[in-house]
Amino acid sequence: MVPLFFKQLLEKLNRGFWPYAIILGHTTLGTALVYTTPRSNLAFLTLITSFFSLYWFRADTRFKIVAGVLLALVVIPIVGVRNIFYLEVIFQICLFAALALGLNIVVGFAGLLDLGYVAFYAVGAYLWAFFGSQQYFVLHFAPGTQPSNLPFLLPGDAFYLFLFLAIIVAALTGILLGLPVLRLRGDYLAIVTLGFGEVIRVLANNLDKPLNFTNGPQGITPIQRPTMPQAVVDGFNDLLGGLIGHPVSTADMYNVMFYLFALAVIIVIIFVTRRLDDSKIGRAWTAVREDETAAIAMGVPLVRMKLAAFAIGASFAGVMGVLLAASRTFISPESFSFMQSIGVLSMVILGGSGSIPGAILGAATVTILNLQILQGFSLYLSELRQSDAIIPLINFAWRDLSTQLDPAKYQRLLFGLILILMMIFRPGGLIPAKRRKRKLASVEAAAEK
Amino acid sequence: MALLETINVVKQFGGLTAVNKVNFRLEPGQIVSIIGPNGAGKTTFFNTLTGIYSPDGGEVNFNGRSLLKLRPDQIAARGISRTFQNIRLFPDMSVVENILVGMHVHLRQSPLATLLHLKGFKKEEADAENKAVELMHYVGLRDVGNELAKNLPYGAQRRLEIARALAAEPLLLLLDEPAAGMNPQETEDVTRLFRSIRDDMGTTILLIEHDMRVVMNISEHICVMDYGEKIAEGTPAEIRANPRVIEAYLGRGAVAGQHEEKLQ
Repeated sequence: MVPLFFKQLLEKLNRGFWPYAIILGHTTLGTALVYTTPRSNLAFLTLITSFFSLYWFRADTRFKIVAGVLLALVVIPIVGVRNIFYLEVIFQICLFAALALGLNIVVGFAGLLDLGYVAFYAVGAYLWAFFGSQQYFVLHFAPGTQPSNLPFLLPGDAFYLFLFLAIIVAALTGILLGLPVLRLRGDYLAIVTLGFGEVIRVLANNLDKPLNFTNGPQGITPIQRPTMPQAVVDGFNDLLGGLIGHPVSTADMYNVMFYLFALAVIIVIIFVTRRLDDSKIGRAWTAVREDETAAIAMGVPLVRMKLAAFAIGASFAGVMGVLLAASRTFISPESFSFMQSIGVLSMVILGGSGSIPGAILGAATVTILNLQILQGFSLYLSELRQSDAIIPLINFAWRDLSTQLDPAKYQRLLFGLILILMMIFRPGGLIPAKRRKRKLASVEAAAEK
Repeated sequence: MALLETINVVKQFGGLTAVNKVNFRLEPGQIVSIIGPNGAGKTTFFNTLTGIYSPDGGEVNFNGRSLLKLRPDQIAARGISRTFQNIRLFPDMSVVENILVGMHVHLRQSPLATLLHLKGFKKEEADAENKAVELMHYVGLRDVGNELAKNLPYGAQRRLEIARALAAEPLLLLLDEPAAGMNPQETEDVTRLFRSIRDDMGTTILLIEHDMRVVMNISEHICVMDYGEKIAEGTPAEIRANPRVIEAYLGRGAVAGQHEEKLQ
């Protein structure tokens, strides 16, 4: 009864002027809350979920675009520099959303279970980490023994060039790894990609000898960022300084910049994915996913289509790798573990395999759960532990609560649980993939004649 | 010149010879049936023609060129299209999309045109969609373009599979038990459909079928297989009278009985 009532209510709210009111209300409320209480998790959640109402409610596309642009380009940067942690969370959401979108092409569209996806992320990251740091001059030194006055190989602005190079290099890596692998089906493919993913990480870990390419487990640092003209910082301060309330430093500005880059990349990715999905290539991918034998009998070149999916998915991860390396200025093999691959995969599955909004929602949900909600709980519990509070009725002092009980550590447990529940109750994901409805009425009528 | 010609085609699985030295010729514009008991190697023969299996010996020539060492998708591009014994649609794609996949080899759109939605791309997509709907109507499906293939009833799925195969504009259409599981009315309808496909589009049709009403009604030529070998070939009338065929279907005793009947 309750879900039905809820559904009807939502339907009612999705008509007339209601969507506009809700979207405006939600966004304004979120903005105001975050603006006034920059440390509240709840406020941040309200703001972030306003993107969801913007997506979900039916409203004029132009209205949606204007609202989305204002939210993403004005509100987020302002509240982001007021509490830089929020900007970090949003940046991570963007990173993972891009990865999830890339993996969605491989797993969701083409149906190739890839358990080593972060390998391509690593390729992009190490590409810029090597050329954008002093690593070239460290080649002949064992890790930790290099002199401190080494020059940089390339200027920081080469970053822009490497964003594009990473697309090519990651795609080529995808093809290279894909060629021997993609003749396999199902479980075998999953196992081999898992192996390849580990190979890339182990390579990163061990390529510090005979020539020191990756600096081993210590990782590469410092990695350069593109230059930030003082004029941009000043301009930002002049324009929005009043709203922000304190002068913005160059470091803060970098965070804004990387957020904007990540956003731009995601928009490009969504664009490319949607266009490809609705073409011969996208249909071939889905056909391969649905039935390989039938697809090849209809003239779909299996290996070439699978390679294309692999390469395109890989190139998205490659670009994001470059962004990661530059934004962190530090890269180590740890960032590219098997658990990361699984994490991105669970985002895709949670959101809805084959669904573009699903992949983004999945990435946002998992990241926020990780960085905000669970951490917030942990913080709250540790505060309680330090207080004299007592749980009433059972007379239990919070102080005696075991320090092992730390929600942030239960991340995996919680995801496992969520995934199990999803598979039982909503196997299509949060936003299940839908086939495009074509307007066939006129075509049918024409064909009748 | 024969459209399709196989010379001594052999296909083995371990110790089992599923197709044994089959020589077969198919003239353009014909409707030909392959019949034979279960396990006679008919579907395996189809699979060797379409490249899903590569033959262990012999030659397969189509339209004057050898099909050996080609991948199934290359063979499809040469003009052989097929349906499957157990329907193999793309269940989670819509009806129109299923047919569009069939057109894969004919769509010329480049990745760049796809990304930029160039004029040529849009036109090609619109034309393809129109053609898909036409084919849908042609096989007798109406107003189901946006339905998912898995939601169609059984008979409609069989028809959709034929539409998908026709979308590739094949020279040769291979149908693997197209009337299996159909009631007499549906069987009659599809039989008429096959004949009109040949008459309208000039497509050569080779079908495997167990339903003798279909086979005898539609075929101009029949090829009988048993234990991987071609045991007989000829017009429906010749096949009906051929003792080896009756023996293969009904056993040796049946033929003997028939013989005795004749004596009396």
